[in-house]
Amino acid sequence: MEKIGVFICTSCDIEKRLDIAELENIARTQGATAVYSKEFLCSKEGKTFIEEKIKENGLSAVSICACSQRVNYDVFNFDKVAVDRVSLREGIVWSRFFVSEGGEILEDSSEYVSGVSFKDELMALAKDYVRMSIAKLQTYKFPEPFKPEEEISKTILVIGGGVAGLTAAIESAKAGYEVILVEKEKELGGFVAKMKAHCEINSPYKNIVSPIINELISQVEANEKIKIYKGAVVSNIEGGPGIFQVKIKLDGKEEQIKVGVVILAAGFKPYDASKLSHLGYGLVKNVVTNVEFEKMAKEGNLTRPSDSKPIKSILFIQCAGQRDENHLPYCSSYCCLASLKQAKYIRENDSESKAFIIYDHMRTMGIYENFYKSLQDDPGIFLTKGKVVEVSQGENDKVKVVVEETLFGEKLEINVDLVVLAIGMVPVTAEEAVLNLEYRQGPALPELEIFYGYADSNFICFPYETRRTGIYAAGAIHQPMTIQQAIEDAKGAALKAIQCLVAIEEGRAVHPRTWDFAYPEFDLKMCTQCKRCTEECPFGALNEDEKAYPIPFITRCRRCGTCFGACPQRIINFKDYSIEMISNMIKATEMPEQGYGLYRLMAFVCENDALPSLDIAAYHRKSLPVTIRIIPVRCLGSVNVAFVKDAMSKGYDGILLLGCKYGENYQCHFIKGSELANTRMTNVAETLQQLALEPERVTLHTTAIDEIEEVVKKVQEFDKEIRGFEENPFKGW
Amino acid sequence: MKSLPILVVGGGISGITAAVEAAEVGAEVILVEKEPTLGGRVAQLRYYFPKLCPPTCGLEINYRRIKSNPKIKVYTLSEVIEISGEIGNYKVKIKTKPRYINDNCTACGECEKVCEGERVSDFDFGLKKTKAIYLPYPMAFPLKYVLDKEALAPGDLERIISACKYNAIEPDMKEQILEFEVSAIIWATGWKPYDASKLDILGYGKFSNVITNMQMERLASPWGPTGGQILRPSDKTFPKKVAFVQCAGSRDENHLPYCSYICCLASLKQSLYLAEKNQEAEALIFYIDIRTPGRYEKFLKRVQEEARIHFIKGKVAKIEEDPETKDLIVTAEDILSGKKIHERVNMVVLALGMQPSIAGINISGLKIDENGFVISDEGIIGCGCAKMPLDVMTSNETATGAALKAIQTILRR
Repeated sequence: MEKIGVFICTSCDIEKRLDIAELENIARTQGATAVYSKEFLCSKEGKTFIEEKIKENGLSAVSICACSQRVNYDVFNFDKVAVDRVSLREGIVWSRFFVSEGGEILEDSSEYVSGVSFKDELMALAKDYVRMSIAKLQTYKFPEPFKPEEEISKTILVIGGGVAGLTAAIESAKAGYEVILVEKEKELGGFVAKMKAHCEINSPYKNIVSPIINELISQVEANEKIKIYKGAVVSNIEGGPGIFQVKIKLDGKEEQIKVGVVILAAGFKPYDASKLSHLGYGLVKNVVTNVEFEKMAKEGNLTRPSDSKPIKSILFIQCAGQRDENHLPYCSSYCCLASLKQAKYIRENDSESKAFIIYDHMRTMGIYENFYKSLQDDPGIFLTKGKVVEVSQGENDKVKVVVEETLFGEKLEINVDLVVLAIGMVPVTAEEAVLNLEYRQGPALPELEIFYGYADSNFICFPYETRRTGIYAAGAIHQPMTIQQAIEDAKGAALKAIQCLVAIEEGRAVHPRTWDFAYPEFDLKMCTQCKRCTEECPFGALNEDEKAYPIPFITRCRRCGTCFGACPQRIINFKDYSIEMISNMIKATEMPEQGYGLYRLMAFVCENDALPSLDIAAYHRKSLPVTIRIIPVRCLGSVNVAFVKDAMSKGYDGILLLGCKYGENYQCHFIKGSELANTRMTNVAETLQQLALEPERVTLHTTAIDEIEEVVKKVQEFDKEIRGFEENPFKGW
Repeated sequence: MKSLPILVVGGGISGITAAVEAAEVGAEVILVEKEPTLGGRVAQLRYYFPKLCPPTCGLEINYRRIKSNPKIKVYTLSEVIEISGEIGNYKVKIKTKPRYINDNCTACGECEKVCEGERVSDFDFGLKKTKAIYLPYPMAFPLKYVLDKEALAPGDLERIISACKYNAIEPDMKEQILEFEVSAIIWATGWKPYDASKLDILGYGKFSNVITNMQMERLASPWGPTGGQILRPSDKTFPKKVAFVQCAGSRDENHLPYCSYICCLASLKQSLYLAEKNQEAEALIFYIDIRTPGRYEKFLKRVQEEARIHFIKGKVAKIEEDPETKDLIVTAEDILSGKKIHERVNMVVLALGMQPSIAGINISGLKIDENGFVISDEGIIGCGCAKMPLDVMTSNETATGAALKAIQTILRR
């Protein structure tokens, strides 16, 4: 940016603690075209003032030195002008105090080190912030929306023609989008099509109804916007959102189509009941699974498989092969309702019949308690908590079931005509790649083992997140769920798919940086084919050519900057965030001479959680060391070792990285940014040791956004630790 | 996309999600919230299960999505009072209560310093007081103060007006009725805890150490009334033995007939809060069924490993207070052993059920069922806990789906 304006707000204690005229001078020295200070900059008058000055001076960028970037975002927003925010209020005057050892806040005029007042240090900090902001804007370039070279497809591919897939297809089409639906079976409908009935999916949720599926199938088949492939599979997907090339295998032939996004609704397989011989399956006559029983009921065949005699008594064993470390460790969420429903089939078929349901915990979640209640008054349905210890052949082809730990306090022996095992769901993704992505990082969604193979999200707030952009899961492949939930889920996935298409068309990122138009640009001339970027990208956005050069697929990219952080050659940059920019910011700061005890620390702080955390701390007037300068980063994954080197050679005594928590329940919004940064910093620590510097000079801490006290303490302790070391020998060089 | 906006009613996690998801497809969105800040119930929680991560993390990102999207207009202190018209063209009347603070507010906090009057914080379920002029919580959105005029002490008004350098205080601000024409309405008004005073055998309101699960969240919150220390109300000591009463109001024909979905998981999570403070702390969970569906089974296992938990299958019949120690004696029948048990505990947490926020309120043009859950049609779309009891993840699934249904009223061709 050429013409930079600096606007300094004097309100909210800023003028009280800082020398505004001195800051103005620094801004001019640093190369600002126009410099102004004014009180109450966020007022209407303030905004108008800035707008007038932008026009008057032809400014292309402004540095607003006032409050935190987390507030007044809508005020300090000017058309076609780059804006950088310097947090003088939260970042300095509300959070940097001269605290005595006794915890008392001293006057700013008090002596900090010999011959230097605290005010001098406070001003040194403010001046550094102003310099950094100008340096940043000088390097800043306006992001331009990304446009793929080829034409963007706005077609939605839905994999799976069960209740979730059909719903996703219909709902997408209703919003005006073209859909391609691929179903591996010869017929649409999935499991629901094989059902006699299911629990109603609307209020009052207490009855059973004929499957909704026929209606869905006829809607899909009648919709011109939906093209259906039956008996077909997706054999390969390459490209990225907006430009996916998909191979569909049908009758031994492959057809190639182009789509924009993918909804993954390939559903589940029932758990392999042959593994449940301890419950009699395969060994004892008249033991079937709930899936098999459903088929019998649909065919109107409520008779014993062994001799076709009518079923007068039935027993359901809940959690068969579920919630069991030897089988499925999770609960499949649907089976309690399914068994209640199936008990109802028997009872409605024959009022003399009896149904037993042996459960551990009856899980008719939420409003579906209504359905459970509707059956509790039926005297022919016996429900008990209990543990099935034996399933064996009884007399006359009956099945003998022994149950312990029942609510009746005694061991029960029950002889029934049929035993139904309530078996669980196994998502198709647990066993196959399904998507068959032509990605450098592999054909499947990564990391599914933490979700037992489900294509689930790690983010509670963002249930449709996957690590493959433009691919959204719905239904029983997403999470174990009921039909009602699958329908809801499919609508949500359709929305996310459409939203992704809109983002690609506008040339911006999808969640979580939905506002972001910048994207990484690769200068491959200097690339050493080290593969770090292609390996570390959390979203698999980069493929590799045969010489191991990265092939970026920008529409897959989430703009976290992990590649940029990984690159030892510094050849990956964003228009508004570059190695050069951070380097210039560091260079722009002023380093005191060695030997005065004026320590300088640099913190690279993740703007997702750690920065807001410090900001809220400042709002509460928590004291942060005056020594520390903060540079916000997209994610710790985007911290290039070059930043650390630049800061160390500039003379910074310590470097702190603050990011999100990692580990199994990671909170990093970009999956593993802080974890990767931690690995990179281990290497840095080794380098420091070789230079005879303390490795602790570069430290990484993680924090959650609400850990205000803790994060402040961590920063204070870091400051204290570094002050225990000699000053950086490179200082003042 | 040139058409009428979408109205989202309720600024909790479901409403926020529906609003940003719709706006990021290109729709104009009006988001109304009856409280002075967005965030809803989740803002009051310390952690989400099963990850034990703070809800403020997701709120921060969502707030940023709102901040950077000019298509979303947020109205706080606002409630829908009337809906007329039809799909594609509804007319909605909204009542906006005065904040008494205008947009000049910089949240500098000078007014709060001089204000003497106090009010009970409903955000903290009565466990704390705030000044009469207050910031709803540290991550309030918008970050503006609110004035509770009723709570002002004599002379406060003059003091706060003179303390405010920005002329932000407007004591004469009036209630407003706003009217909007919208294409679709997403109803996301969420839930409120069931009124615990209706559960008279459980002693809430009578015994100081009987608290609700939402109060427990505030006690555990680092931004809460005790700064995150869990201290029982009577003597501000750590309760080493705590009874959790499941289905307090839920699955009960006399109260809420349905299951409230989250309370088992919430009590398990809160058992971890106790264990985190003190490894010796014990949690007694009185339950009918432990409902940890799907992947949450893993969370149940984790809690069983990390916290000292005793599960007692049985409904609590009676809670009495030891007047000396203020400990509580919980009587229940252990269904599995058939024995009646009496347990002395330091604190009782009622796992209160969720009731739709609008239960008992009649809003012209809105269909609700006998429990107060909203009944959706093609143009008025319920989501989150206004639709049915759900957890956060599934609420957000319904909210995202609701955004699609609303978008269809605009995109329909």
